Amino acid sequence: MAGLELLSDQGYRLDGRRAAELRKVQARMGVFAQADGSAYIEQGNTRALAVVYGPHEVRGSRSKTLHDRAVINCQYSMATFSTAERKRRPHGDRKSSEMSLHLKQTFEAAVLTQLYPRSQIDIYVKILQSDGGNYSACVNAATLALVDAGIPMRDYVCACTAGFVEDTPLADLCHAEESGGGTTLALALLPRSENIALVQMDARLHQDHLDALMEAAMMACKGLSKVLDSVVRQHLQEVSVLTRE
Amino acid sequence: MAVDMRLPTVRKQISLSGSQSTDGKHLVVPGDVITSDTGFMRGHGTYMDDEKLTASVAGEVERVNKLICVRPLKTRFNGEVGDVVVGRITEVQQKRWKVETNSRLDSVLLLSSVNLPGGELRRRSAEDELAMRDYLQEGDLISAEVQSVFSDGALSLHTRSLKYGKLGQGVLVQVSPSLVKRQKTHFHNLPCGASIILGNNGYIWLYPTPGQQDEEAGGYYTSLEPVPLPDREVISRLRNCLLALAAHKVLLYDTSVLYCYESSLSHQMKDILKPEIMDEIVMETRQRLLEQEG
Repeated sequence: MAGLELLSDQGYRLDGRRAAELRKVQARMGVFAQADGSAYIEQGNTRALAVVYGPHEVRGSRSKTLHDRAVINCQYSMATFSTAERKRRPHGDRKSSEMSLHLKQTFEAAVLTQLYPRSQIDIYVKILQSDGGNYSACVNAATLALVDAGIPMRDYVCACTAGFVEDTPLADLCHAEESGGGTTLALALLPRSENIALVQMDARLHQDHLDALMEAAMMACKGLSKVLDSVVRQHLQEVSVLTRE
Repeated sequence: MAVDMRLPTVRKQISLSGSQSTDGKHLVVPGDVITSDTGFMRGHGTYMDDEKLTASVAGEVERVNKLICVRPLKTRFNGEVGDVVVGRITEVQQKRWKVETNSRLDSVLLLSSVNLPGGELRRRSAEDELAMRDYLQEGDLISAEVQSVFSDGALSLHTRSLKYGKLGQGVLVQVSPSLVKRQKTHFHNLPCGASIILGNNGYIWLYPTPGQQDEEAGGYYTSLEPVPLPDREVISRLRNCLLALAAHKVLLYDTSVLYCYESSLSHQMKDILKPEIMDEIVMETRQRLLEQEG
């Protein structure tokens, strides 16, 4: 990539962050009254909205019903205005279906689905503004929405991306860094047990660098989990003040 | 026509007793270790993570002797035998109706547990099975009582009393199930001129107070007479009051609904949902409820 210096000699990135620094994260739970659970998250300029319905009876094709656990149904979509170039279809294209599948796999690892046999849990996530790390914003938003819905989980699922530039791992890439041609690794982690729910890497990377990159992504996920934790605790505090009896 | 417009603001939650009331409460989030002592029993909302009792939902820890549960703030309806529910028919099957009751699985209303027209001791024949759709069809609302709970958590309902059955004209309000206070009776004829069914599942039905009930119909007769305007106004006001109380997480029962209705009378019906007026009404209601408690 000519002309674009992803990491300056002084160790600063395009948006002025250090290599291991995260973008500013803001989140809110319970944004909709009608859904069972909902959440909104901003990671830098990436904004995502997640809604959870369920557990409820399996709708649509009855044959999907599982007799020992709940079915998780994910749908990922991007608002038509979320990217610089207007999108034609908000969902249903190949990229979105792949993302939906990844989200489904991620949450099947974390949600205690065996408690709800023959039911279904719907997770709908929408990217309102896309600036890199769409997958991680979705996972983080959906985690908060699941907590809001009172659905039992082993732990939070925190996701973050990491890239590798000039022998340095970079945490939480923005769009410019993601499209800069380097390697991007997306990691979804259950932070307390350090179990990996999903890891995805699209480009080539030398084997020697993998450990460093994973380490950076894990650190970023743990950092994010602290933020999510404080959001949940704050929400818990606010609501339980009102419902004390 | 003048239109009210407002910018989004952070809604401040009001509370009479301030913020000191959370102390003494043990709040946990998913993944928090509640105790690593093995002498406890694992209840709802927890799981064992190598010998440690861990929370799986965000909420408050409840201890009953050796049993530890975590009760989430918001959850679907967990039915218990005897609960009054309001639900919507989703499916008509052989000898049963499926009812959506905001529960984890659709509830079941068996043909044998409804009162059919023509008295208690009527035999249920094959014709009744064929005519099931004439009594209740998809989309109909019913009130019922939980008869039993199946092993997978699904509920079995019954309507074997004249007070249960198909619902006619009225307004459905949906709130969180945890906001409905459990009481001796969930059917109230409010003195303001309307009736209310406070379903334990968070579905609340507001309807004009019925006149003399026709016993022969067995609860399946629905009046299609136009409801007079004053009745409709009372019902609309009650609906807005319920939404106001639910937004401020006030427990719903006959007294709280009535007090809220009375304190809303000084405002126009459409104004009740404006945040500042809502605050005022709910504050007044809370005050009166506290005074009444003594």
